[in-house]
Amino acid sequence: MNKPLKPQEAQKGFPLPSSVKVVPGTERAQAAYPYYMQFNEADDGRFWFYNSMHFPEPMSHFDMITGEAAYCALGSANTRVHCLPTTLGIDQRIINGRVYIGGNAVTDPAEIARRTEEFQQRAFYYYANWERLYAQWKDKMRALIKDAQALPPLALPEFEPLENVHAGKGVASNHYLLDTYQKTVEGYFRMWHHHFEFLLLGYGAYLTFFDFCKKAFPEISDQTIARMVAGMEAEIFRPDEELKRLARKAVELGVDGKFQDGVKAEDVLASLEQMGPPGKQWLQELQTSRDPWFNVNVGDGFYHYHRSWNDDLSLPFSALPGYIAKVKAGDNLERPTEQLLEERKQLVEDYRELLATDEERAAYDQMIELAHRVFPYVEGHKFYCEHWYTNLFFNKIREFGALLASYGFFPETEDVFHLTHYELEAAIIDLMTSWSNASPPRGPSHWPAIVKERKAAIAEWAKHDTPPALGPVPDIIDDPAIVMLWGITRESLDAWLSAGEDGASSEIKGFAASMGVVEGTARVVKSVEEIGRIRQGDILVCQVTNPTWAPIFQKISAAVSDIGGSMSHAAIVAREYGLPAVVGTGTATSKIRDGQRVRVDGGRGVVTLLD
Amino acid sequence: MQSTDIIGWFADIGLADRPTVGGKGGSLGELTRAGIEVPPGFVVRTHAFERFLEALERQAPLRRQVEALDPTDLDAVTACARALRARIEEAPLPDDVQAEILAAHAHLCAGDGSSPVAVRSSATTEDAEDASFAGLQDTYLWVLGPEQTLHYVRSCWASLYSVESMTYRLKHKLPEDGVAMAVVVQRMVDARTAGVMFTRSPTTGDRSVITIEGAWGLGSAVVSGEVTPDRWVVGKITGEISVRDISDKHIQQVPAEGGGIRDEELPAERRKAPALSDEELMKLREIGRKVERHYGRPQDIEWAVDRSSGRILLLQSRPETVWSVRDAAPVAKPADNPLAHVMTIFGGRR
Repeated sequence: MNKPLKPQEAQKGFPLPSSVKVVPGTERAQAAYPYYMQFNEADDGRFWFYNSMHFPEPMSHFDMITGEAAYCALGSANTRVHCLPTTLGIDQRIINGRVYIGGNAVTDPAEIARRTEEFQQRAFYYYANWERLYAQWKDKMRALIKDAQALPPLALPEFEPLENVHAGKGVASNHYLLDTYQKTVEGYFRMWHHHFEFLLLGYGAYLTFFDFCKKAFPEISDQTIARMVAGMEAEIFRPDEELKRLARKAVELGVDGKFQDGVKAEDVLASLEQMGPPGKQWLQELQTSRDPWFNVNVGDGFYHYHRSWNDDLSLPFSALPGYIAKVKAGDNLERPTEQLLEERKQLVEDYRELLATDEERAAYDQMIELAHRVFPYVEGHKFYCEHWYTNLFFNKIREFGALLASYGFFPETEDVFHLTHYELEAAIIDLMTSWSNASPPRGPSHWPAIVKERKAAIAEWAKHDTPPALGPVPDIIDDPAIVMLWGITRESLDAWLSAGEDGASSEIKGFAASMGVVEGTARVVKSVEEIGRIRQGDILVCQVTNPTWAPIFQKISAAVSDIGGSMSHAAIVAREYGLPAVVGTGTATSKIRDGQRVRVDGGRGVVTLLD
Repeated sequence: MQSTDIIGWFADIGLADRPTVGGKGGSLGELTRAGIEVPPGFVVRTHAFERFLEALERQAPLRRQVEALDPTDLDAVTACARALRARIEEAPLPDDVQAEILAAHAHLCAGDGSSPVAVRSSATTEDAEDASFAGLQDTYLWVLGPEQTLHYVRSCWASLYSVESMTYRLKHKLPEDGVAMAVVVQRMVDARTAGVMFTRSPTTGDRSVITIEGAWGLGSAVVSGEVTPDRWVVGKITGEISVRDISDKHIQQVPAEGGGIRDEELPAERRKAPALSDEELMKLREIGRKVERHYGRPQDIEWAVDRSSGRILLLQSRPETVWSVRDAAPVAKPADNPLAHVMTIFGGRR
């Protein structure tokens, strides 16, 4: 599968995995990641890239479960379920908390032909029955969410409740810790299978249309193609819509005075509570919005600390004063769905008219039809998977954290995320045993030092930059999964390679994601916890922009990201807000200083450093 | 004022009248009828030229003299060109032809006989349009008054007997009897900015973009290449401005006193300032789309922004010729199974 690379090929490229050293003092933390995620000698012969799109910050040990579950599901969909002809799964490694991934391409023509036959029987069936299968998918996801919600609270009573005994239950309470934990982990792995059931097929159908447009209209921008395909009812816009609704309600009910910049969410809630009926009525409206639409993470849901709006109201509440001001100024915050649909239709028709022949128009019609069919999934799945389910999952683990902390396994609830999921199961069994035997658990003398060491390691790793890629550069990147999901092409690798050479250049190039030119102050935000530093009119510079930051988009004047393609949700939200955006620059967060003046040209995909 | 067999007003003519009004005249008429703003004007039809030539032929043979030339004998051709040009420029016009042109001129200038006009040759054959001799020398800008107008109408006619024109016809054995020339007379636009636009990309052939080039002053500086114009690429449908190349425009061409044009140095701050605003780019884009729709194919357009009114007027539109002959293989054909298209992504090396 991975043909050995000739020595001269190995010379051009990125550092070899074996040359990346573990930061001194963090060796034990590094060794604690599962053995199958550690780089080994054979890995030097392959190309790897840092998955900073999904994992921009060093990974705590528990959070690696996201990588495991996701690549396990992605790989099985590609390799064995839909049998993509030219690509198999994606391998992952971790060093210094940074996740590197590498694709497995199929290059033997006979094998590609064999897989093509399989693919057409499988993928084509999905395309042909898309609506039905997607409706079924939503049912499956809702059932899975319901199962996760139905998992029992964790409890270790002193004596088994009498009714259990009289009912002849025959299984004691401590067993349900293990049962619940395993169901929680099982559900998470299962969710990722659902996530990838349609994803590659969806992106592939979209890219088919994209590819056609690029050939027919060589100068068409990526964002224009995205606009021709973008859906209107996507769940991912809904949380922001709910906030606008709540802003309108606040004005209608006359409680808008309680929402001021800088006032804490809990203080707003308390003062509304005291206000009497109108305040209570607004709080009821809030409740309606929260379930389920506030189950949206302030990040992309891959880290345990990407808390949801439900868990931390500060983000949605920080956006409310701005929306309320707009409502009072008479602005229409309504998302003009009808108008957007009409615009999309017009755009599709206008480009169709420009094609040279009726033959091309017929092919165009076939491709756009399929792209429109698949896109609701591409846009909609994230809410169910990365947000709603992921939220439930991390919060359930948090319950285990609280329980273990209460028995002295570690000081804080959140410390649970410094154990791998295997170690956590061990700690749970330790606690179960201790409850059974009425002897003290061993954890309290074992875990605190380890947790402390790993916390320090993660803090240390965050201070070190890591290479964007490792190993020899492939001649071409022909893996549709890598191209689709990460936007990485041979051209973007060349740009990364040369970025190191001309560090003095004042221009940073990326994908032109949303048109417009803006100059302003760059706010370099390296983690979601820094969102609070963003001031009105700032230019957001981050590793990966995220759609759930949507309420932030009313404050900023432009967005720049290291990773992401023009169909990333960030690009879509930027277009919705009419803000210039340049995404996939590779280096913006390391090249741009916080507070620096920059010019963002979203039509050309260029960021210029002005001082 | 009515059109006649001597004079054709823009509103009354179109592409179908090409044999008597020439390509440029037909196109300006076509644009006028399509509701696109062009500087008002009329065409002195080929019939006027023919009447004039008949009168000349009666005095002494002209066409036979040309047909007798050896195209390789450059000295003879040059001497003949000089002689014929002198005859054409000096001979009186038939009375009725002259009267009609002067009346049309007076009407066009609405009582102000000194209003500037442009006098432009309008050839009747495709060959003549594309061939290099139908160039800038056949357009006379900022022509003042009826006398100058009549003079330049003759100059346009005389250009048919330039060395290059005659040599071309002789080499291609084109009959002299079929040679005719129409002349456009139209109000002059005092352009603040002028230039050209292509309704597809000249570099990639992309039909979804419009390339606009423009510089300060009259368009002659852009067309002749004396100034490197600013260049923009605008999405035909989206209006997205994907390229803005603002050049150093060292001069502009402006009207000269007493008629004609002159070069004028530009102050430093104007040289590097964009010659069009975004709003004007969007107006040009709209006009470009409208013209392209009207003709049903990509166009190569000359335009000007009027200095006082800020309005955009078109001076010329002709079909784009470079890419239209290259359009060959379709990007994709419809598939029996529409799903088969996804194999371009999933099927292996592209």
